[in-house]
Parts: sequence; C-alpha cells; structure tokens
Amino acid sequence: MIKRLLGLLAGVVLVGTFASPIAQAQDYPNDTINIVVPFSAGGPTDTVTRLVAESMSKTLGQQIIVENVGGAGGTLGAARVAKAEPDGYTLLLYHIGMATTATLYRKLPYDPKTAFAPVGLVTEVPMVMIARKDFPPNNLQELVTYVKENKDTVTYANAGVGAASHLCGMLFMQAIETPLTTVPYKGTGPALTDLLGGQVDFMCDQTTNTTGQIKAGEVKAYGVFADQRVEALPDLPTIKEGGLEGLSFGIWHGLYAPAGTPDEVVNKLSEALKVALADPNVIKRFAELGTEPVPADQATPEALKAKVASEIDRWKPVIETAGEYAD
Amino acid sequence: MELLLNLGLGFETALTPVNIVYCFIGVLLGTLIGVLPGIGPTATIAMLLPITLALSPVTSLIMLAGIYYGAQYGGSTTAILVNLPGESSSAVTAIDGYQMARQGQAGPALAAAALGSFFAGTVATLILAVLAPPLTGLALKFGPAEYFSLMFLGLITSVALAHGSVVKALAMVVLGLLLGLVGTDIYTGTPRFTFDFIELADGINFVAVAVGVFGIAEILRNLENEHDRDVTVKHVSNLMPTRHDLRKIAGPVMRGTVLGSLLGVLPGGGHILASFAAYTMEKRISKTPERFGKGAIEGVAAPESANNAGAQTSFIPMLTLGIPSNPVMALMIGAMIIQGITPGPNVVTDEAALFWGLIVSMWIGNLLLVVLNLPLIGLWVRLLKVPYFILFPAILAFSAIGIYSINSNAFDLFAVAVFGVLGYALVKCECEPAPLLLGFVLGPMLEEHLRRAMIISRGDPTVFFTRPLSLALLIIAAAVLILVLMPNVAKKREQVFVEED
Repeated sequence: MIKRLLGLLAGVVLVGTFASPIAQAQDYPNDTINIVVPFSAGGPTDTVTRLVAESMSKTLGQQIIVENVGGAGGTLGAARVAKAEPDGYTLLLYHIGMATTATLYRKLPYDPKTAFAPVGLVTEVPMVMIARKDFPPNNLQELVTYVKENKDTVTYANAGVGAASHLCGMLFMQAIETPLTTVPYKGTGPALTDLLGGQVDFMCDQTTNTTGQIKAGEVKAYGVFADQRVEALPDLPTIKEGGLEGLSFGIWHGLYAPAGTPDEVVNKLSEALKVALADPNVIKRFAELGTEPVPADQATPEALKAKVASEIDRWKPVIETAGEYAD
Repeated sequence: MELLLNLGLGFETALTPVNIVYCFIGVLLGTLIGVLPGIGPTATIAMLLPITLALSPVTSLIMLAGIYYGAQYGGSTTAILVNLPGESSSAVTAIDGYQMARQGQAGPALAAAALGSFFAGTVATLILAVLAPPLTGLALKFGPAEYFSLMFLGLITSVALAHGSVVKALAMVVLGLLLGLVGTDIYTGTPRFTFDFIELADGINFVAVAVGVFGIAEILRNLENEHDRDVTVKHVSNLMPTRHDLRKIAGPVMRGTVLGSLLGVLPGGGHILASFAAYTMEKRISKTPERFGKGAIEGVAAPESANNAGAQTSFIPMLTLGIPSNPVMALMIGAMIIQGITPGPNVVTDEAALFWGLIVSMWIGNLLLVVLNLPLIGLWVRLLKVPYFILFPAILAFSAIGIYSINSNAFDLFAVAVFGVLGYALVKCECEPAPLLLGFVLGPMLEEHLRRAMIISRGDPTVFFTRPLSLALLIIAAAVLILVLMPNVAKKREQVFVEED
C-alpha cells in the first residue's frame, strides 16, 4: 500500500517536473522560438513581425522562426497559440483583430481577454480616408456634406467583413449618421484597384499601403485617423482637424504568449521587445513602412493588456450597432 | 528612342555580375520548387524574404521574380511526368502532357513546354517594356461587370476542356462551382458549407484539391495496373521534338503568347484563365480536335506559353500601379516595402533603374531557364524509371510537405486525402478533373464579381449590357453558345467530344 502510494507520489513529482514551466523559466530561452503570424506572408503584419523577430533573436541569443498560420481573420493562428504549451517558445503577433474578433466572431474557440499572456505593444499604423481622384469633394467637410446629399449613389469599398477598412467605414458612417452602400472586396489590394479605376468612390486604408498613391495624386486623401499628422504625409490633416471627433484609430500590433506563461519568461520577452523597438534598423524600416515603434512604456504586458481590454470595449458597440458579424 | 535608352539602362542594371548570379539562383530555385509537387513559389518567396534584406532592392526583386517564373517553368515538368499540377495553370498542361509522357513522348512534351515558355517570355518582356503604360489603362477599365462577363465566357468555353461526354464535363464544372462555394461569404460574413470547421472559413485550399484529384487519384489508378508502367519506360525515346513537332507548335505558341499576355495584365484573376483559354482555343481551331486529351503537343505548347506570358505581364499592374494581381505579387510588394520602396505609379520614374533592370532580367532569366532546362530533360525523363515503390511515397511526402507549408495546417492534408479518394472515384466514372478545377477556381470569382457589380449598380442588371467591354465579352460568349448549338456544328462536336477512350 505504502509502496503504491510512494510510486504514485513519485509519478506525480515526475509529471510535475516535466510539466512545470517554472523549472524551465530560469534558463529561458534555450531553444528555438516560434512566432505565429496569423496572416499570410508578405502582408504588413508579417513584415512587422520579421523585422522585430530579427532584432529580438539577437537579444535572446536564440533563433526565432516566423510561422504564417493564415485564415479566418487571424483567429486560426491565434487559436493555435492559445492552445500551445505556455513555455514561451510559441508566441503570437496579432494586430487589432485580437480585440475586434472578440465581437465579430460569436463562436471563438478562445477568449481574447484570458487566453493570452500579453507581452507588449509593437506599433500602431494610422488609417487614412481616400477617394477616387475625380470624386467631387475636396476636403473632409465637403465629403461629409456630399455623402449625406448623395447617400443613394455613393459607394464605400472595404476589404471584407471585419477588416480594418470595414471597421473604419462603420465608425465613419455612425459618426455622420448616414448608412451607405458598402462594396466588400477580398483585401484592400483589389479594393484599391477598383478605386483607381473609378468603379467605387471612397475607402479607408492603412497609410502603409496608400502613401505612394496619395503622393502621386492617383487618389484623393481626406484625412488621417490619428491624433497627430503623420510624418510621411505632412500636408494631410487629421480627421479631427476636419471636424470629426473621437475617430482616431490605427492598426496596432501586439506580441502575446499563451496564458499561463511564467512571468519571468514574459518579462524577458518584453525586455527583448523593448530593445528591438529601440534598434535603429527597426526604427528605420518601420519609418519606411509609414509607422514607428511604440514608446518603451507601451511595450509592456500591462500596456497591451489594457489596450486589448479598452479596444474590445470600444469596438463591441460599433460592431453590434452595425449588426455585422464574421460568422 | 526613349525605349532604347530605357532598355539600355535595364541591361546595364541586369548585367552586373551580382544581378546575373542572383537571377540564376532565382530561376534555379524556382525550377526546383516547381518540380517538387505542392511546394509553390508563394511559400518559397515568403521564406526567402528575410534573406533579401541583405541585398540591394533591385537584386532581391530580380531573384524573387526569377523564383516566380522559374516555378511556372518547373511546374510543368511534374504536371507532364507524373500528372501532379501544383497550380491552376499547370493543370491544363497535365491533360495532354501526361498523356504524351505515357506514350513515351515525355521528352518532346518537356521541350515544347520549355521552348514555348521561352518564346512567350521573350515576347512578354517586350510587351512589358513597350506597352506597360497603355496596358495599365486597360486593366483599370475592367470593373466588376467586365470581370463577370470574362469569367462567364471562361465557363461557357470550359466544356471544351473535356474529351469525354459533354454531360459529364458539365457535371464536373458544376461540382467545381459547388466546391468553390465553401467558405465565408465575403459580402455578409456568413459561413457557407463549413460545417463548423473554422479551417474552411477561407474555402477549400486550391492546392489540396489539385493535388488530390490529379495527383493522388493518378497514383491510386496506377497502383491498380502496374503493367502500364513498364510500357511507359521502355518507350522513352527522342528527347527533342522533331522538325515536324516544331512546325506544329509554332502557331499554338504564338497564339498562346498573345492570349496570355493580354489576360495576365488584368489584376482581377485574368492570368488564371490564360492557360485554360489557350488550350480551349487550340482545341477549337484545330483540324484534329479529337487528338486533344490524348497527347496533342499543341495542348502542351499553347497553355505553357500562355501561362508564362501571363506570369510575366502580371508584373504590369504590380509595377505601374502598385497593385498585386496574385499572392506572389503581394509578396513582391511586401519585398519592395521592406526595401524602402513605396509601390505605386511613381516606381517607373523614381526607380527607373529598378523597373527596367527587373524587366531586362526577366528576359535574361528566361534565357537561363532554357539553358538550364533543355539539358536537364534527359534527367527529368529518367525520373519516370524510378520504381513505383520509391516514386509514389516520395511524391506523397513532398506533396504533404508542400501543402502543409502553405498554412501550417494539418486540415489541408486531410483535404488532400479526401480529394484523392474523390478524384479516384471520378476516374472510375470516367469524369475529367480539369473542368472541375476550372469551376472551382472561376465559380467564386464569378459570384464575387456578379454580386459586386450588382451592388454598385444598385441591383440594375442592365449594367452588364451597357458597359461596352462587358457587352463585347457577353456577345462572344453568346457566339460560342450558338456555335455549339448549331446543328451541323453539333454533329461535328459529337466527333470531338464522344470518342472512344
């Protein structure tokens, strides 16, 4: 009996040592780290991740592999990390979708608020409102008036349900209290094509994708959804300057580990992230992308946790009012 | 004169030793991943993106472009030898190419593909250099209504892809359309036929379907009667096409090139139609259409030329507008952004050396591909002599790796298995997989553009007839229908379609 109990105890202890992440926390990291990007390679989130990963891998002294697990608005990749071993070797770099999918998907296999251990914010890219170049209004006030007067003929393009451009449109329409006809596309690329061809009237997109077209005069720009003007487009006013309050919104990116990852590991990752965001090479590449790293005090678990919570609260009513869900 | 100056600048850029070396690395890598089933250029370019950071922008783009068109080249090799198309474009090549290989004509089939591709690449490069700006205008004139009419025309003509019964071909197109419906409806976000599998939210993976219904089904079929196999091997002779063959492919190559170049420019998926359309056209105008599907060399040369020309001209919207026409172009744009170049209409003027260097490098790359591939044909053909018990597991393993690498998703592997069984069942029922694939690819696009056009026109269906380009395409579609339905043509068609197999 005692023998059996001892055996059981030994078994428990053994299992305990193998499963305990604490035992591994001190010498973390001693193996290759995987960062899951829940989108296909080559997109903005992928680019951001690869730049940060390159620098973090130097600090941590381990190779970092970027793994693209695309599909279902990023929730497939996020679900995989939510279920991964909380040992700090499987991480997730996800954008604003972490907060919006919480409402957009009514059957999410994980809870965005509790399934992850936030590591820190990475960057925030502002959105910009653009139109085909022969669209009559010339500034934001004119746009609002024109859209209200022609609400039956104006078309707004977006990149599909749940996309940033879709959220941007919802926000804008609710702000001017005028529902418009929206034309969904598979991604902003084809939407921009039809905008350039004059098939649709206006849309929102990240500054990253549109700066070239705006500078070349191929599209009209009405304003950037940020508190300050962006460096790449100094002549472009903010939406607030144009008279619409409370619409600031950008595509922010955050780094996450699965919930239950030891604090030591999360802190080590957060420190490495801070180093990466201060890396001159990263700053330079980010600037070319039309964005910049967040300040060091934002690259922390607390800041990202707060951001996720506040963004979930912000988008919940917007999405519910519009009644548009992704599942 | 300006063109000569620009091309001069291009040669100056592309002919530096470092750029030639990377161009070679690119096409070599491209050929290799093209030959390996399942591993596509998208995954390869994605994996190589971080490495390109160390190179200059023009060098990295030259290499990445080389991978892309190199893969188009290599892809035909596997399609011809083992009936394993990795992309929609090589699916058509497999129809006649594989039949040629079974008849011991693998060498001429591969050579026809290589020579056709080289010719198409050369012409497309010239088109790119001369016509990029005006063709950009054409691309922008294509709105949702025009795309709908184009896809409609594509589906109407697709029945010609089959060489069995018309009813079965139609059934396959419809089955493909139905399979294409799986996934999230982009207009409402409603999941359709996903059975609560979140993995199906973006639809069924194309590569999984293609590898399943073509490749796996073919392997299963071959396991049934291993005797076929010995016949194939013994008859592998004449690696090079004869002068007679060359004369036969000259026309198809030229027509394929023109068609492919035009369709490649359209950013809304026109390049997908290129090889299908070229094949259909050859079969239509051929004096001996009954040979198609049974190893007609024209059926290899035309789609391969169209495919390669389309691959090259699909750079036009990317370079002149900053618009990606397919996932690979999206990656190229990503590579440009990483390198600090803002894609858009300004690239041609602001980055003239890059623009022209890239164009000229494509021609050099195509030359390298021919030099690389013609001597290799003997080697590829010898692949056919590898015994089944080694070849089949190897094909399965490579396919599995390639498919898994697209989304790192095990679900796609199960999909391959399911479609393999389905494909085998279709073979048993004597149904062709090619029309199924076309329906699968075109169906969702047809629906997407139809609904988008209707949203923009606010529900007014006359939009398809009031826009001139759309009307023209619909008239052509109607003409094709009438041709098929006319009695004496129908009689002739019967000879075309219903043959002993």
